[in-house]
Amino acid sequence: MRDKQRTDLAALLALVCAVVALFLANKYLDDYKIRIINLSGIYVTLGLSMNLINGFTGLFSLGHAGFMAVGAYTVALLTMPISMKEMNFFFQPIVPWLANVEVGFLPALLAAGLISAFLGVLIGAPVLRLRDDYLAIATLGFAEIIRVVFTNTQSLTNGALGLKGIPNYTNIWWSWGVAFITVWFVTSLIRGSYGKAFMAIREDEVAAQAMGINLFKHKVMSFAFASFFAGVAGGLLASLLGTIDPNMFRITLTFNILLIVVLGGLSRITGTVISAVVVTVMMEALRFLDESINLGFIEIKGVPGMRMVVFSIILILVVIVRKAGLMTRLKGRESSYAEN
Amino acid sequence: MGSISLFLQHLANGISLGSLYALIAIGYTMVYGILRLINFAHGDIFMLGVYLTYFGVLYTSIPWWLVFAIAPAVTGLVGILLEAVAYKPLRESPRITILISAIGASFLLQNLGIVFFGGRPRAFPVPRILNHVVKVRGVSINVITFIIPVVTILLLIGLSYFITKTKTGLAMRALSRDYETASLMGIDINRIISITFFMGSFLAAMGGIMWGARYPQLMPLMGVMPGLKSFIAAVVGGIGNIAGAVVGGFLLGLGEIMLVALLPRLTGYRDAFAFVVLIIILLVKPSGLMGSGQTEKV
Amino acid sequence: MLRIENLTMQFGGVVACSGLTAEVKPGQIVGLIGPNGAGKTTVFNVITGVYKPTAGRITFSPREGEQYQLVGLSPDHIAKLGICRTFQNIRLFSELSVLDNVFIGSHLRLRSSVFSSVLRLPRYTAEEKEHYEKSLYLLEKIGLQDFRDEKANSLPYGMQRRLEMARALATNPKLLLLDEPAAGMNPQETLELTEFIQEIKEEFELTVFLIEHHMEVVMEISEKIYVLDHGVLIAEGSPSEVQSNDKVIEAYLGVG
Repeated sequence: MRDKQRTDLAALLALVCAVVALFLANKYLDDYKIRIINLSGIYVTLGLSMNLINGFTGLFSLGHAGFMAVGAYTVALLTMPISMKEMNFFFQPIVPWLANVEVGFLPALLAAGLISAFLGVLIGAPVLRLRDDYLAIATLGFAEIIRVVFTNTQSLTNGALGLKGIPNYTNIWWSWGVAFITVWFVTSLIRGSYGKAFMAIREDEVAAQAMGINLFKHKVMSFAFASFFAGVAGGLLASLLGTIDPNMFRITLTFNILLIVVLGGLSRITGTVISAVVVTVMMEALRFLDESINLGFIEIKGVPGMRMVVFSIILILVVIVRKAGLMTRLKGRESSYAEN
Repeated sequence: MGSISLFLQHLANGISLGSLYALIAIGYTMVYGILRLINFAHGDIFMLGVYLTYFGVLYTSIPWWLVFAIAPAVTGLVGILLEAVAYKPLRESPRITILISAIGASFLLQNLGIVFFGGRPRAFPVPRILNHVVKVRGVSINVITFIIPVVTILLLIGLSYFITKTKTGLAMRALSRDYETASLMGIDINRIISITFFMGSFLAAMGGIMWGARYPQLMPLMGVMPGLKSFIAAVVGGIGNIAGAVVGGFLLGLGEIMLVALLPRLTGYRDAFAFVVLIIILLVKPSGLMGSGQTEKV
Repeated sequence: MLRIENLTMQFGGVVACSGLTAEVKPGQIVGLIGPNGAGKTTVFNVITGVYKPTAGRITFSPREGEQYQLVGLSPDHIAKLGICRTFQNIRLFSELSVLDNVFIGSHLRLRSSVFSSVLRLPRYTAEEKEHYEKSLYLLEKIGLQDFRDEKANSLPYGMQRRLEMARALATNPKLLLLDEPAAGMNPQETLELTEFIQEIKEEFELTVFLIEHHMEVVMEISEKIYVLDHGVLIAEGSPSEVQSNDKVIEAYLGVG
């Protein structure tokens, strides 16, 4: 038990350092860098959310882009000023029950999470009994269906035109505040009995069920939590970017999150946090690969697509190098045993 | 134009789209049958086949009909390479691990496509004799619409001869039925898997060429949707079952065209149709129309 | 405790078990034996709800006056009623720690909601503490207290078998099904196991139904034995009765 107190203390210390760092960053860095810090925070939430379902519960879901879309549109439609809505929906007017709604950011984010979680339960209930690759393709299918529906429901989402002028509420405190809450939530969940039941399901469904774990209930639970945080993150993203359209939420977005989770390690919380920041920063840092840079005396020509080539190769290499160990969790086992 | 002739036109379109799905679906189903892997990159192999043909026709002096044979063969070799690089090192790993590698490979091919071919759409050079409209009893149909099912059937006959009559085909079926036993029987697994990837990629490229002739716009991401839909076709027919993949492909192609034809209001939902079918099939009969169920041993 | 009536289980055309009738009385240790492929594990799988039988009834009464029809219930439901099992081909949560394996066995008795677990409300932490202490006690019981933080699959085979039993005990079963608990054990370990089974039976007031190939184990501890061959019950009775039964001798030594 002393062990646990020490890790809690370390976590608290890390949190304080992070808050100070964020405070300084917020004060001294330019808008572009702050935007990257915001994105990092959002990707921390997304990475952990995917890790909860794909890593800890062992259910291979590829539906994140869909849940993010739901969250993003919820926040956009709930926070956008009424006059802005009229400007956006010039093609076809917005449905009356949304036309005069404008709520604060916090209730909008909560609504984003809850609607997304509700949808997660609705989708999860039928497909979660499917196994690994079938589940992957079914959840991917649902994400695509959500995207196609959003493209076509003109009076609800403004269709393919997307939404512009979403108020920029997202700042460092929101994006990282949510990220910290997610870290705390997932850690606390995983340390407890329910989280261990999730991992039991990942290890062996038949044995878990024989030990009295209701597979359906626990899988839906894990899926609902994951979609909740994906929805909230989608909302943060919408409010950060100010503009969204259905095509943002393609499988490429899910791929980015998967990359973070695989690099950081499935079922690893700290790894996911670090990897979310590193991948987000690298995505920006490697932008030069795609774009031409003019150094004044010489122009280096970028090749569009090169950045993602690099990331795809990294993903494949990591998978091949870690092989069977990809799914497992070996963190700190030896050390805690040695102390006993 | 009468409603019957209009219907016939939709039918022809549906059959030709279905043929293409069927050709791509075979690659998914053959690989899944042996390795239990959704080869996510298969749709991008299809894209590669189209681009190789494009460059072959426009930038070499090889006659187009020869390019139409060489490009799929080269695509087949890329299929072998893909397996050797991204899947072979993971053959003993958990299925999810290899699936992640497949997703990575898919993105790699797409982005290599963007790097080498450019993101700008290109127009596929359709040979004149494949590209003219004929009028049959008042129904105007592009001749390619007829060529597609005919070529598909010829390829399927060839495939079925190979699978049932040759030693390699027999080994392939043995491997797909019982991997462990077959591997103990002295079958050279690596060779069979390579051949499987070659054939799947070859057929996908063949489908790709006809796709290009039918819908002549080339983009590096053009393989994503046909790939996903063809995979769904394979699941609908019963994954691992080649005849099932063909049936699934035709059903899906026909269904998609008929949905748009009969319910024009749902045109925008066209791309969602296949996924809805997928989810229904997975829930009602996960083994597919022609597949057989398996239970896990406890 | 458990009554099996006319149980038949077919897989396609293969009959794994046909018309089996058997009874396990409270407090008994009952053995289920038979040559390989006799359908013993199938019987366990049907009792625990992994398979739904083609025909037949299984009645479970964990307490006086309580009766449950098990056919059609899900495995987790059956576990909650008080039947837990081990597996012939060990199915531990292999990447999790030894302690967590046992701890997870208690999960089905948890009453607190997932939210009180995340928020660590007093109601939950009290329950967790209780489960944790019980897990430690069970680990001590099977002599694995020093290995609590090891990964389950890093343990030697014999320890894994014992760990599976501890995990099953953590679910608070009334009836414990053991599928070849002595498989792969040396004579010394087998002897210890026999004593261990009797010990836990007394301490936790269990009824035990076990499949076993080691005849000396079954004959030593079972009060009653059922013999299956090719899915059919060929003999039942006390160890001595079964040992002298001609059909049993034929099944084990004969051509089949």
